[in-house]
Amino acid sequence: MKIVLLLAALLFAPLSFAQSLYQQLGEQQGIETIVEEMLYQVGGDERIAHHFDGVDIMRVHKLISEQVCDLSGGPCDYSGEDMKTSHRNMGVDNADFNALVEHLIAAMEKEDVPVSAQNQLLGLLAPMHGDIVEE
Amino acid sequence: MMNKCLYGGGFLLTCVLALSPPAAAEQGARLLATGGTSSLEGSGGGGIVPWATLSSYAGEDQFGATVNLSEVSVDDFRLSVQGASLSWNNRIELSYAEQTFDLSTIGGELSQRIIGAKVRLAGNLIYGDLPQISLGLQHKKNNDYELPAAVGSKDDNGTDWYVSAAKAWLDGPFHRTWVANLTLRSSKANQLGLLGFGGDKEDSREWLAEASVAAFINRYWAVGVEYRQKPDNLSFAEEQDWKDLFVAYFPNKHVSVVGAYTDLGSIAGLNDQTGWYLSVQAAF
Ligand code: HEM
Repeated sequence: MKIVLLLAALLFAPLSFAQSLYQQLGEQQGIETIVEEMLYQVGGDERIAHHFDGVDIMRVHKLISEQVCDLSGGPCDYSGEDMKTSHRNMGVDNADFNALVEHLIAAMEKEDVPVSAQNQLLGLLAPMHGDIVEE
Repeated sequence: MMNKCLYGGGFLLTCVLALSPPAAAEQGARLLATGGTSSLEGSGGGGIVPWATLSSYAGEDQFGATVNLSEVSVDDFRLSVQGASLSWNNRIELSYAEQTFDLSTIGGELSQRIIGAKVRLAGNLIYGDLPQISLGLQHKKNNDYELPAAVGSKDDNGTDWYVSAAKAWLDGPFHRTWVANLTLRSSKANQLGLLGFGGDKEDSREWLAEASVAAFINRYWAVGVEYRQKPDNLSFAEEQDWKDLFVAYFPNKHVSVVGAYTDLGSIAGLNDQTGWYLSVQAAF
């Protein structure tokens, strides 16, 4: 049993207790890079790219970055619409939502965001599923 | 596509939609690992417990399929499983498995076929407050019934019913993603059914609890434990609960590999059956 606990401790070791989520995401600069990378991948994903036809991507990039900064404890105040209003009648389904989450994860992996920080951000965004997905 | 470049200026994103590479993204409508692996009885799940999750990564209006090979090797026995499953719409899963149980020490072999069906009733593994809840059945039939009959079993076939609830926490303890599954099964099967159904000691259905808990170390690797209550219907030998400690690897949405240390207790009078479990699944 002791060996199991020791093994578990080692496996879970790379945790960063000291840094805030905002810091672990690389602050303003890091967050903007992650969101940019995510949207770049979204644009190349034929499963969901059509949702963004004719959308002002610069604006969405600014707003999502601001939202993530705000949620993660950074010095920002999200100034966009609430999630229900901004995604109304878009017909986003579970698969679309999962696709975007996959691109966010891939973007965070690319930027070497630690798994613990990735999970914290995903944990903050997942509850928005109910407001964004329409079925 | 040029219209995508109209907005803003001097920033990569302006032309994102026009210049992006073709989908490098994974196919499949669900997130990595949410299809779980294949259980010993063919149903999507953990190793020894069927889960509320449906196998493959098929989402709304999609079909998915899996094939799998599993091998359990304990002190005096060896169990080989070949299985396949078909899922639709993240709603229905049909499965088939053939189990061969090699009585290495005693000599001889037992085998059975299992047809399974599972329906997701409610909820979603990841999103929302409800856990994912599914109802399933496994119909099992022995190929060779001589030995099971000789040791006191009453039937060469039987149907297990189960209800499962599964939930994932993206940001669980230690900021890791955790998954838990609880299954309640009504069954008369002796040693999965390999030793027949019902027995001289007890010949009625019983509710049995089965549970799994896993933690994802990162996106691809999970470690966990499973526990499965067993009936005890035959007087010739005591049947005991099963447990295992597993490591699962999901390199992508097409392959998963599970290795486990298992403790199957006493089987057919031979005590302390511990050993290894290895399972490989391919998903389409
Ligand atoms: C956790 C997931 C998501 C978050 C946090 C998020 C966040 C946002 C934010 C902050 C905005 C700007 C709101 C505003 O206009 O004031 C936005 C707009 C938008 N989102 Fe999402 N979103 C998510 C999922 C999705 C998904 C899955 C899709 C579709 C595949 C999507 C498609 C869009 C589109 C097309 C717009 C632009 C709407 C417009 O300007 O007309 N979003 N999102």
